[in-house]
Amino acid sequence: MTTIVSGRFDLDEGWTLAKYEETGGYQALRAALDRGPGDIAEEVKAASLLGRGGAGFPAGTKWGFLPPGKHPYYVVVNGDESEPGTYKDRMLMERDPHQLIEGILICCYAVGARQAFLYVRGEMALAQERLAGALNDAYDKGYVGRSILDTDFSVDIVLHWGAGAYIVGEETGLIESLEGRRGMPRLKPPYFPAAIGLYGQPTIVNNVETLANLPWIVMNGGQAFADIGAETSRGTRLFAVSGHVNRPGVYEVDFGTTTYRQLIDDHAGGVRDGHQLKCFIPGGASAPWFLDEHLDLALETGVVGEAGSMMGSGAVVVMDETTDAVRACLRMVRFFADESCGKCTPCREGTGWLEKILDRIVEGRGRPSDLDLLVDVCDNISPGLAWPPRMTTICPLGPSAVSPVMSALRHFRGEFEDYIDRAEPPELAGMPGVRVEISA
Amino acid sequence: MARLAPENVDRAREVIERYPVARSALIPLLHLAQEQDGWVSPEAMEHIAELLDLTPAEVVGTASFYHMFKLEPVGRFVVNVCTDISCHLTGGPELLEHAERVLGIRSGATTPDGTFTLEDVECIAACTEAPCLQVNYRYRYRVTPDDFDRLLDDLRSGRIEHEVPPHGVLARIRQRMPAERRAGAVPPDDGAEPAWMP
Repeated sequence: MTTIVSGRFDLDEGWTLAKYEETGGYQALRAALDRGPGDIAEEVKAASLLGRGGAGFPAGTKWGFLPPGKHPYYVVVNGDESEPGTYKDRMLMERDPHQLIEGILICCYAVGARQAFLYVRGEMALAQERLAGALNDAYDKGYVGRSILDTDFSVDIVLHWGAGAYIVGEETGLIESLEGRRGMPRLKPPYFPAAIGLYGQPTIVNNVETLANLPWIVMNGGQAFADIGAETSRGTRLFAVSGHVNRPGVYEVDFGTTTYRQLIDDHAGGVRDGHQLKCFIPGGASAPWFLDEHLDLALETGVVGEAGSMMGSGAVVVMDETTDAVRACLRMVRFFADESCGKCTPCREGTGWLEKILDRIVEGRGRPSDLDLLVDVCDNISPGLAWPPRMTTICPLGPSAVSPVMSALRHFRGEFEDYIDRAEPPELAGMPGVRVEISA
Repeated sequence: MARLAPENVDRAREVIERYPVARSALIPLLHLAQEQDGWVSPEAMEHIAELLDLTPAEVVGTASFYHMFKLEPVGRFVVNVCTDISCHLTGGPELLEHAERVLGIRSGATTPDGTFTLEDVECIAACTEAPCLQVNYRYRYRVTPDDFDRLLDDLRSGRIEHEVPPHGVLARIRQRMPAERRAGAVPPDDGAEPAWMP
């Protein structure tokens, strides 16, 4: 097993410049500056580094979409980690901020960007503080700013943070927010900000973990990275395993070859003692749920996709047999309803409807027709209820709300029916003060 | 409440300079106002509009989109209890109920003495440490009801002021961009080839 990005997590004060330099830090930047930008871009392409934010698009290919000569290019770092169940980018920012800064520098150097913006989630005060300290030290030492290490490479990294909005994790929403607006995703096409992004200019938006891999790739070669893992999922990845396990934690494992069973049992210590697995979410709240039969699937993009879900942001949430599937589903739907930006009707209205229907089911006011109604609303948000989901919205938030509902209905329909069977007679439900005893 | 104090106006001007387009400094400036007053007052928003050459409505339009900006005064300590999926499975809702009971307020409200505001929040990225909460955006992990009661005592007594600054203060280290080290903001109409590109 190789450790690429988490090597300094447990070092004493591993976030300081001194500790970073002592453990090989900023050597990759020096090497890159010797080799030239084209060479570095090729190296990253050879690594087949998939984006670690959620969509999983190859970083090298994304860089290749920049239209030649249409300067300036900007780089925007997506540190707005907010997908329920996800906890890894914050760890990278808090525990190894210089690794990320070095990754950003390598990216800017390779693509030809003269300014970068590091967008950190607003709620992450410690990450902001560590990054501010790290950037200050890196500026003082000549790693960032004008004439980096006395070369003609100059770039500013501006530390910026948000103010609480899940939707800003979507890359065009992130750009809107960085422009000082409400963080609502932009109409597509263009599909990639590489064509039209920040201030209308070509922009690369990369996730924190994605960029944190770059120093290793430069030092060890793209091929060495591609040799780890499987065909379509190379290198390593951080997975946060949470919920009903004995050792919840963030684990770096070989991408593509490790299985869910190894992740949950060997790393996270298995389902909590005395309990059995009911189901698990394989990639954040937006991902359809998996069951026992999926445990031996590899953490590989194609494999997980064919089985009807996704690895998303590397968040595995384990639920044991004590879990109320209807309430778990409601909790996730409430998240999407709260976080819908309101731009597209199917998402704005649909997520609200789903929440209302689930709410009344849980509160004992459900109607027998509610289950069909849930399916109907889901179908209106994402026609055909297929995987990958069809879209009626300009970003995936709407279809994401469909995942927990359809998962719970497909696998645990009986629990919904139990709630509805126990519900009060519909003609009386919701009328305050009226209670009628019905004799047998 | 107040417009930005002179030292914050200086900070604001320095922040604005970092961006190619001034409006990008809007969220950072709103944070600065919240750091100054604990919330974002209408006067502060008008002042920010002047500094960025926007209308006050544009400033309110952006501010009102984001959960963290409080457009009304809140408690000195904002306690955010997570109840999202990983916390939902491991005692988050029970922790929230406990918090409501001991503080004597419902989620979303502020105690009459203005010390605590309680909120149940969406996932705060500490899922492996559930159930978790934040006080003024400082984390507490695997929180039991007893831990919660002790936390309130510590906050009331001022014992952990070094750990938990007043609401509105996020990073306590500010990014410095010394003039002699800065590469400078790149305006969108500056089409120059980067010097290091072949």
